[in-house]
Amino acid sequence: MYWYSPLNTHQRVGVARLKVDIQEKSFRSSNGEAIDVLRDLHFEVEQNEFACILGPSGCGKTTTLRILLGLEGSYDGSVELPGLAEPRVGAVFQEPILLPWCSVEQNVRLALPKRSRGANLDALFRILGLAAMRTFYPGELSLGLARRAAIARALAIEPDILLLDEPFVSLDEATADQLRHLLLSVWSERPTTALMVTHNVQEAIMLSDRIIVFSDRPAHVVGTFDIRVPRHSRNAQVRADLLRSFHAKFSDGGAGP
Amino acid sequence: MSVVSTERRGAREVAPLPGSRRWTSSVMVLLSFAVLMILWHIGATFWPSRSFPAPLLVLQKFTSETASGDLPYHLAITLWRVAASFFLAMIIGSVIGVFLGTHRRADQFFNPWLILFLNIPALVIIVLAYIWFGLNEATAIGAVALNKIPNVIVTMREGTRALDGRYAEMARVYRFSAIDRLRHILLPQLQPYIAATSRSGVSLIWKIVLVVELMGRSNGIGFQINLFFQLFDVAAILAYTLAFIAVMLFIELVLVQPLEHTSTRWRRPA
Repeated sequence: MYWYSPLNTHQRVGVARLKVDIQEKSFRSSNGEAIDVLRDLHFEVEQNEFACILGPSGCGKTTTLRILLGLEGSYDGSVELPGLAEPRVGAVFQEPILLPWCSVEQNVRLALPKRSRGANLDALFRILGLAAMRTFYPGELSLGLARRAAIARALAIEPDILLLDEPFVSLDEATADQLRHLLLSVWSERPTTALMVTHNVQEAIMLSDRIIVFSDRPAHVVGTFDIRVPRHSRNAQVRADLLRSFHAKFSDGGAGP
Repeated sequence: MSVVSTERRGAREVAPLPGSRRWTSSVMVLLSFAVLMILWHIGATFWPSRSFPAPLLVLQKFTSETASGDLPYHLAITLWRVAASFFLAMIIGSVIGVFLGTHRRADQFFNPWLILFLNIPALVIIVLAYIWFGLNEATAIGAVALNKIPNVIVTMREGTRALDGRYAEMARVYRFSAIDRLRHILLPQLQPYIAATSRSGVSLIWKIVLVVELMGRSNGIGFQINLFFQLFDVAAILAYTLAFIAVMLFIELVLVQPLEHTSTRWRRPA
């Protein structure tokens, strides 16, 4: 049905709506002091919506994402995907985190559930431009290619929700832009609820339907910025306008990205 | 940590030799052994003595002992004991080492025990084991393993502390099964430590096995060497020892090195 669907789970596509209600999350620093990271953080991501979390660095964006990934133990509040008992989560971390002793293809296949390890991934690798790299080890890839492999891994499991933590950081601008377009085209073919953390306003405007702006630490939602212009018509002029109105809305909101 | 880094450097020196250099290096090894043999022969010719046999005499002893079936039999027995206690020590030591590496409290509590066991002489462990558990095969193998286990624990604990937590998190997010975590996350990261402790383990264990055999077994190389000691048969002692060293070198060449080469091939980009 979809142009690639190795696991044949298209019937599940697009059922996820993400609801985040976190009252408090704090860390204990090495000298025993409690550091509030998140406080009264509430937001939702509609199903099949691509949302971006934007905020100053160190404000708790990554912590929020780690809570969603189930990697943070204790916090007050709840995070749910209503209607899904066992959601499949596709994650792209800040670093690719590929297993260096496994080939690109093994890295992707290991993320698949046991019964679908043999799935046909040709289309996925072709789309992401990795067809020739399947047998390569991660150590033989450039950062851009390793990022592609990490994206391939996240998409291969046909996620109910896609979580991306600054997936284009520390790439040169040309490569980053190429990867953004690639992600967008793959995502548009098979939309899924997606949440991306970034500190790049331009990137957020280009990719997302909605920008969720975080305050400085302890983070809460300062406001959201809906982008009602379809992606294909976000040319340079429209983007500049969006950027101006974004800054107009948030210039005194304490977000200052 | 230092053990591991020298281990890696050593492996790298062997691996990427181009054809001609590998050829000259094996010629060098042969030449070196030949010179040693010649010196030995000259020495034995100039100072003939029953306690210093010439290499040819040792070779004769070796062929006669092999023909009678004695040497292969005792060699096989010793090899089996080395293998059994090696795997026992590696498995038990690794499990405890990984546990202590991940549980700080347990590590703090058991560390003094570990230091104690590291410092008990092999001979004491063997004697006590024989006294407490009797002169039998299980005691022999267990006593040898017990000598090696503390070393394995220390190395594997170090390896576990050096694990990269990001891989475990990735495995959690993508719901890796327990088997996959072991095979693709834990073991590959511990591989250099396993290699280091295996190397030192085999050489340590076979020496201790000989002591165990000498003291409480009625077969094996150690038993035979004790017998020849009573008979003052130095040629036989050397024949048995050299035969065993040759076997261990053979195992290293055909088993350990190729295995290590395969498991570390991802470190050498093609």
